[in-house]
Amino acid sequence: MVEFSLWDIVRNLLLAARWTVVLSLIAFVGGGLVALALLVARSTPSTGLRRSVAAYVQLFQGTPLLMQLFLAYFGMALLGVETSAWTAAAVALTLYSSAFLTEIWHGCVRSIPRGQWEAAQSLALSFTEQLRHVVFPQAARIAVAPTVGFLVQVVKGTALASVIGFVELTKAGTMITNATFKPFVVYSCVAILYFLMCYPISLYARFLEGRLHAKRT
Amino acid sequence: MPNAPDTPAILIEGLRKSFGANEVLKGIDLRVKAGEVIAIIGKSGSGKSTLLRCINGLEMFQQGTLEVQGQRLSYSDPRAMRALRQQVGMIFQSFNLFPHLSVGRNIKLAPGLVKQLPDGQIDATARRLLERVGLAEKFDAYPDQLSGGQQQRVAIARALAMSPGILLCDEITSALDPELVGEVLAVVESLAREGMTLLMVTHEMNFARKVSDRVIFMHQGLVHEQGTPEELFARPQTPELKQFLSSLT
Repeated sequence: MVEFSLWDIVRNLLLAARWTVVLSLIAFVGGGLVALALLVARSTPSTGLRRSVAAYVQLFQGTPLLMQLFLAYFGMALLGVETSAWTAAAVALTLYSSAFLTEIWHGCVRSIPRGQWEAAQSLALSFTEQLRHVVFPQAARIAVAPTVGFLVQVVKGTALASVIGFVELTKAGTMITNATFKPFVVYSCVAILYFLMCYPISLYARFLEGRLHAKRT
Repeated sequence: MPNAPDTPAILIEGLRKSFGANEVLKGIDLRVKAGEVIAIIGKSGSGKSTLLRCINGLEMFQQGTLEVQGQRLSYSDPRAMRALRQQVGMIFQSFNLFPHLSVGRNIKLAPGLVKQLPDGQIDATARRLLERVGLAEKFDAYPDQLSGGQQQRVAIARALAMSPGILLCDEITSALDPELVGEVLAVVESLAREGMTLLMVTHEMNFARKVSDRVIFMHQGLVHEQGTPEELFARPQTPELKQFLSSLT
């Protein structure tokens, strides 16, 4: 039997961790873009648009991410779309992130006092100008910290993509365990790697929050 | 004003406005001449602020018509609303300056976006207006570095930057400490002298008496009594106004 050194394990995990990072970034950036569009729709005076977005958010918040991944993977195949684990994971995580980011950002927009909208309106700014120059810049300040914090959730969420056969950190861990029969060592390494990715992000979120409060005074 | 002199600045006919089942304005008729200074007084809940907010479309009304300088207000036409709001400036009780922008950028934002004038011109106008409200040195300050009275004066400069023909003032001194009221009223008074059409909801009766051409007393969603300040304050006709005036002293 081949002997695996700890370095062999860590090296292979690190290689797989790249895909965790890539998938996280796709989900975060893609989700952010979708969320921005949904946020604009949710901020309009149109009741129909607002309700549709609210329903979308509820749908993704009310079902497990695991189910969303399954549905994306098998559902897209059912529709005749040729799906790889890659596409399915990217799509499912993007939609999942977009729902949560919409909710986070919507809360930030709602926290902007009514008077700010009214002042912008009475200065003859159009709806998009009100959003772009008055409401979003103020909401964005509040949103930065919780948004970066949510990135941690996305990174950990990518672990679930392993169940549809996407080889990222967790899946690689399982595969290496099957070869080495050292589950505790391998999964410890996996956990440490997740922690090394997530902890700096959390720290950064906290730093941003601190800076936000410092700026106010 | 580009309009013919006989076009009223504001013409309101049969205006009714409800919040749900609660009717707040019950048929308002009002004609405001260009350059006229009007003080609207009355108890809280009489519909004064709502009337003011209807004039620049912050509130929608259900019945009646409202014209600003001959242009009919229509909510369904964003372009017309935008044109109307350029004509009607509004100052709020709570100032509503944009906290993320410096004083200068607060004033320059709307002229830059809406009127799309060259930046040099906007900048010069902003500095001139700021000087006019006595805050020339605050151009680069942020709103939270200013006192309430200073913030309100910036808000006035911001509204004036759009060169509106009409200015609506919604209890603009109610949120101020007593010692700061004077500096804001002085600015409003100078505007009135220069011929700005002013509609102000106010609790400052002395000020209303001093600067306004006409005082309107609102009661239960209607214009209950109106006249020159001398008539209205010295010889109130209706028991409601008498009671309101006596409750102030």
